[in-house]
Amino acid sequence: MAIFNLNINGKSQQVDADPNTPMLWVLRDHLDLVGTKFGCGIAQCGACTIHMDGNAVRSCQLPVSSAQDSQITTIEGLSEAGDHPVQKAWMEHDVPQCGYCQAGQIMTAAALLQQNPNPSEEEIENAMNGNICRCGTYTRIKAAVITASQNL
Amino acid sequence: MTNSNGKLNRRSFLKVSALAGGGMMLSFNLLAGCKPNSEETLGLPKEWFRLNGFIKVGENGLVTLMSPNPEGGQNIKTSMPLIVAEELDADWTKVVVEQAPLDTDNFTRQFIGGSQAIRTGWTVLRTAGATARHLLIQAAAQTWKVEASEITTEPGFLVHKSSGKKAHFGEMASLAATLPVPEEVPLKEISQFRLIGKSHKNVEAKNIVTGKPLFGIDYKKAGMLYAMIIHPPAHGMKLKSFDGAAAKNLPGVRDIFQIKSHQDDYERTFFDTTSFTDLVAIVGNSTWEVMNAKKAVRVEWEPFSTYEEKRDWGGRKENRTIPGQLESEPEQRLKMAESSKKARTVRKDGDPESAFISAAKVIERTYNGPFLAHNCMEPMNFFAHVQGDKVDCAGPLQKPELTEQALSSRLEIPVENISIEMTRLGGGYGRRSYAHWLIEAAVISQKVNAPVKLIYTREDDMTGGIYRPMYQATYRAALDKDNNLIGFHVNAGGLVEPPLYANRFPAGAVEHYWAEEWTVPSNITVGSFRAPRSNFIAAAEQSFLDEVAEAAGKDPIDFRLELLQKAKDKPVGENNDYDAERFSKVLELLKEKANWGQAPTGISRGVSAYFCHNSYAAQVVDLKVKNGQVEVEKVIQAVDCGLVVNPDAAKNLCEGAAIDGIGTALFGELKFENGVPDRSNFDRYRMIRMTEAPKAIETYFVENQLDPTGLGEPAYPPVFAALANALYQATGKRLYDQPFAKQLEDLS
Repeated sequence: MAIFNLNINGKSQQVDADPNTPMLWVLRDHLDLVGTKFGCGIAQCGACTIHMDGNAVRSCQLPVSSAQDSQITTIEGLSEAGDHPVQKAWMEHDVPQCGYCQAGQIMTAAALLQQNPNPSEEEIENAMNGNICRCGTYTRIKAAVITASQNL
Repeated sequence: MTNSNGKLNRRSFLKVSALAGGGMMLSFNLLAGCKPNSEETLGLPKEWFRLNGFIKVGENGLVTLMSPNPEGGQNIKTSMPLIVAEELDADWTKVVVEQAPLDTDNFTRQFIGGSQAIRTGWTVLRTAGATARHLLIQAAAQTWKVEASEITTEPGFLVHKSSGKKAHFGEMASLAATLPVPEEVPLKEISQFRLIGKSHKNVEAKNIVTGKPLFGIDYKKAGMLYAMIIHPPAHGMKLKSFDGAAAKNLPGVRDIFQIKSHQDDYERTFFDTTSFTDLVAIVGNSTWEVMNAKKAVRVEWEPFSTYEEKRDWGGRKENRTIPGQLESEPEQRLKMAESSKKARTVRKDGDPESAFISAAKVIERTYNGPFLAHNCMEPMNFFAHVQGDKVDCAGPLQKPELTEQALSSRLEIPVENISIEMTRLGGGYGRRSYAHWLIEAAVISQKVNAPVKLIYTREDDMTGGIYRPMYQATYRAALDKDNNLIGFHVNAGGLVEPPLYANRFPAGAVEHYWAEEWTVPSNITVGSFRAPRSNFIAAAEQSFLDEVAEAAGKDPIDFRLELLQKAKDKPVGENNDYDAERFSKVLELLKEKANWGQAPTGISRGVSAYFCHNSYAAQVVDLKVKNGQVEVEKVIQAVDCGLVVNPDAAKNLCEGAAIDGIGTALFGELKFENGVPDRSNFDRYRMIRMTEAPKAIETYFVENQLDPTGLGEPAYPPVFAALANALYQATGKRLYDQPFAKQLEDLS
């Protein structure tokens, strides 16, 4: 166990954890930030996507020891009032069914638009391809990303 | 509002009525179940007045509607309260929705399954709303000293036109809550609906997109410990011994022990399936620590011997033989081939044997469907806290009432002492009907005497059984010299359950019809999977009909319509469980919307249609195949599910069904080698992703005013065949065995 100083959603946080603990579990079990989801544990489904210095990363593969000097953003910190253009677009298109994968989808989409504010459909598809939606809301996700890109 | 409630189910009504005087207050948690802006507009009331089990009205006019059923993506938490709000004539912007717990005194049928929540809830929900509205009107009549018949409602308000009096519901709620509940209550005419039939956003949308704790896996209580299980690596194996000494010394580990999820002599009911009864449990302070300890436990397994499992299938008792063996796919296929020769006739019309002898043309084809894992995105989990003879549970499950009984039997604690809070489900698809993990969580909690959250890893879930059965169906069609379908024969079976619905189309439309089924016993556990049975048999039958239409030289839609016309004019046999008129209308709507016969240039299209869960769905799939890769350009679908309660959400469900079906048909597969599943996570179990999803989906509903029927499942089964039939048009090759993607790659 060791003490780690983290910057999460703009706040300094200290956690006492095994250095190999994935950020996914630090967020969920230590810090009560459960919006980031466990899906597969092997970086195949994207449910655990967070931002590290603005890039979308899989928190199930990110050891807490590697997250110390970075700005971490989770779904809880994407916007203060839940009004990030991606979140608004998700509501406008009424995207979610079960909703479990959607935080990861939104974090991936937000990182994409941060880096590429006007992605083509193909760029959206490729960027979102690492996120599985078992309910099959892909057509709505794509439409919502397009709407969000227009409202940035 | 003149429609006297002729169809009112007396029992349901009494159930609703009985609530009014009860005065039981359920926990109110705005954070867990709020509709955006409602409480912000009005603020929280000082007091709630319960008008019945579904409805509480605050003195300030805010209305709380209880959503009785678990929510797993069907959008039931929006559509069920919406139906109550309609008859109550509530202002939807001043409604908060709250998830009801399992409460068998106040609610019926609190489960997910069979796409039946809206169909069976329709009258109950409407009556609940109408009853409360009636009470509010009576209260206003007494207060204003006017005739109740002169009082009307506007959303959220009571109005007496001639005197100009007007009050919001909250002003009359305290009196209304004390008034006698009417014996009968009128329901609205459909033309009077203000909410139903218009699109309303998901009440939980904001909580989902902001990452609020909604799911079972998010559940947390003070002092809660984390638990995981280890189950045998192979079906056919059981626990022999384990050594947890090394693992127990790892940081954060509290305890490691053996648990048993059912007593040995337990007579299982419908959803008590579990692949492995004896498990090793690991309990600790955090998920990661428990996960690590899990890897350090040394476990020995041994094959089990054939045994008898006692089952009570809703009154029908069965002793089912569970063979002790480590099964592999080739032997399973051989056994299926053998069993298919010993099939049992489930329906026979006319003289099919003679029809096939006299036929000018006979077509015979065999279709295969593999085992499938449900792969809910939220891994299996449950919270439980056993304290003496009291049990508190919380988590995602589909059949809480039945699981509660199984838990009661396991712990020997009466159901009255068990409470189950239903969290949102991160997908169900049938998997969460088999809530053995709830029992496991409770047994673990009892042992460690602490609140416990049990979490399965993805691998625990995918290799833990309860799969869609492995299926096979052989079809034969007899055409006469004029290409009329005169004989139809299906022989279908599965390991462990058969896929057949013998009384569905084309039964009733063919003079000589024969349906046979068979099963193969196995220790591979199977269970409900989105649109059970239909999810395979629709794919097989609708692919076959496409081939028969082609052999008859007929357009595939016209061929089906011709058969349906026969079923309308002169139905063959009895018990045909579809309405040929409604079935035809769906196909006609699809034909029109898809511009059938005018496929876009360079596009191959296939069609399919199926009836299940009391609804009708038909689809056209438009696609291209390039270098063995499928590009689905568009899915056009027509659905008849009766009156559509919440159209945009209904479309979302049907879009999801089409994508899910296409993904499963292309990629879904799980096989066994010596009892070991050949894949355990998403690296090898391929799920459809955005680049493979249809680029566009158009969904059209048949407009009618019939009572609503199922919607979560009906659009799923037919799309498999629409895809296969389109792939045939694109490649010239008929696909008989799922998954299709592998075969397409072989073709290129």
